[in-house]
Amino acid sequence: MAGLASGPGDSGMLLGVAGQGSPDRRPDRGSGALRSTLIAFISTVVFFIVVGTLIVNAEGWPSVQRSFLDGRVFADSVPLIVTAFWVNVRLFVVAEVLILGFGLLIAVLRSLPGPVLFPVRLLTTVYVDVFRALPGILVIYVIGFGIPGLGFTGTGNEFIYAVLALTLIYSAYVSEVYRAGIDSVHPSQDAAARSLGLSRLQSLRHVVLPQAVRRVVPPLLNDFIGLQKDTVLVSYIGVVEIFRQSQIRQYGTFNFTPYVVTALVFLVFTIPLARLTDVLVARDRKRSAAAAR
Amino acid sequence: MRGTLRLGALALTALIALAACGTSGASSAPTASAAPPASVAASEAPSVAPSVDACARENLALIAPGKLTVGTDNPAYPPYFAPKDGGNTAPWDPAQGDPNSGKGFESAVAYAVAKQLGFAPTDVSWVVVPFANSFAPGPKTFDFDINQIGFKPERAQTADLTDGYYFGNQSIVALKSNPVAKATTIAELANATLGAQVGTTSYDAIVNTIKPTKEAKVFDSNDAAIQALKTKAIDAIVVDLPTADFLANVEIENSTIVGQLDQGTPERFSLALTKDSKLTACLNQAIGALTTDGTLKGLADQYLPFTTGTPVLKP
Repeated sequence: MAGLASGPGDSGMLLGVAGQGSPDRRPDRGSGALRSTLIAFISTVVFFIVVGTLIVNAEGWPSVQRSFLDGRVFADSVPLIVTAFWVNVRLFVVAEVLILGFGLLIAVLRSLPGPVLFPVRLLTTVYVDVFRALPGILVIYVIGFGIPGLGFTGTGNEFIYAVLALTLIYSAYVSEVYRAGIDSVHPSQDAAARSLGLSRLQSLRHVVLPQAVRRVVPPLLNDFIGLQKDTVLVSYIGVVEIFRQSQIRQYGTFNFTPYVVTALVFLVFTIPLARLTDVLVARDRKRSAAAAR
Repeated sequence: MRGTLRLGALALTALIALAACGTSGASSAPTASAAPPASVAASEAPSVAPSVDACARENLALIAPGKLTVGTDNPAYPPYFAPKDGGNTAPWDPAQGDPNSGKGFESAVAYAVAKQLGFAPTDVSWVVVPFANSFAPGPKTFDFDINQIGFKPERAQTADLTDGYYFGNQSIVALKSNPVAKATTIAELANATLGAQVGTTSYDAIVNTIKPTKEAKVFDSNDAAIQALKTKAIDAIVVDLPTADFLANVEIENSTIVGQLDQGTPERFSLALTKDSKLTACLNQAIGALTTDGTLKGLADQYLPFTTGTPVLKP
């Protein structure tokens, strides 16, 4: 109700409770909205000024500022850190492609009914439970030190080990996201498809999955953003990537500013990606809403 | 309901304003520093030189009065720290050494320094300090830290580093089966994949002295690097010489010390203290005395006897 959004004052309250209606209330509604926006803006500005002043005038602020926001350390760190980010980019691009595919496979396998397929459902359930429970550092150590320790493989495969570890871990989470998407598609869709003569798999492929996947794009993006940070796992087996490079700089300068550089790199990468996804989802919703008419 | 919201917002703003006043009031109070008993003692005994009095046990500014608090990392590795008879005390990892044992090069040096300052072994207590925290900025949880801390001018800017109690070189350890094991010069290491712990002078040695063509692998700790060596993910690991001896002879099978790196001047291990600590001068005095009377050399010969036997890799 617009009346509720208007500013304080008895007349506003009364109007709000009374509800919408007669023309003589409309001017109040207009000024009420303007007033509330102004109050919101001013109170936000005041709040940040107060908090900012508190922080900047705290006794230890100069040394905290030097530790986290040192200009020279910032400038010196940027080239090294941005170069190291390339390792992470390659890792999460390759891993994400595999994760989206493998996660979907696991989700579909889990949803197939029938007693004959029970072993398949059991295996996939165990896989998902185990890899959601295991800490990532354990997985990377077992894969990164255990596999070469067995003696079959050569050296220099850290990238592959990291992709394998990330894929195993994240497919477990992503398969659950897909499963939620599949479950959220109304059973009437599948029933209608089956009644048209499509087999179970055809119904999945042509009717259920397209709807399911579109619904879960936001949580999938969530997991992708989490994956971008979890590429730090490769540093445990020696590869210098963005977090390790920040740490090396931190130890070299006794300063935390390199981590601020890393944060900015991720922000610059992640925020446009999130907005792009929002645009794509909105466009898709509009299209499907239009089609429904 | 709206009235309550308004009241709440007003109260919150008032609270924040109150907090602001409180903080600005507190910031004018001076930070407490160690009381100056040294100057009092000096005025009471003017016949004795002030510096000796300042280092008398009762005049030392200690974190825990009456006790000397020494820091080192966990696990505490041999040959710097030996296991204690009857099992290590918590929290020291049971598979490696215990600083409380008094055995092992750095444990022995710490107790020798403590004795020089007038502390009995029972007055010394140990705390766990992760390596990088020992020379990082900020106040410390220890009076001094002993942990194979190589002296670097950058480290000396944020912590006090004493004179050296040990002088040695970085060294290379490789599996005997690796061709790098036969290297006799630093140039022959250029094509190898080397590994080191992050933030150490070992890593600096790779970057500044060896300058390999392949990017070095960096690990959180030496044991992860050791794993990588065992699985042949790296050709060789760079560590200080005593650690190299421990790895080659005890920890890693079929491995050998390729050699010690000639970097010009040998690296020196220092004790670390809070920046501008009043204890630093006293510790330097103690180290000086222990060097002169040969105690430090004796401990090095006892616990680190291999220094002269290891080949030196020159550029």
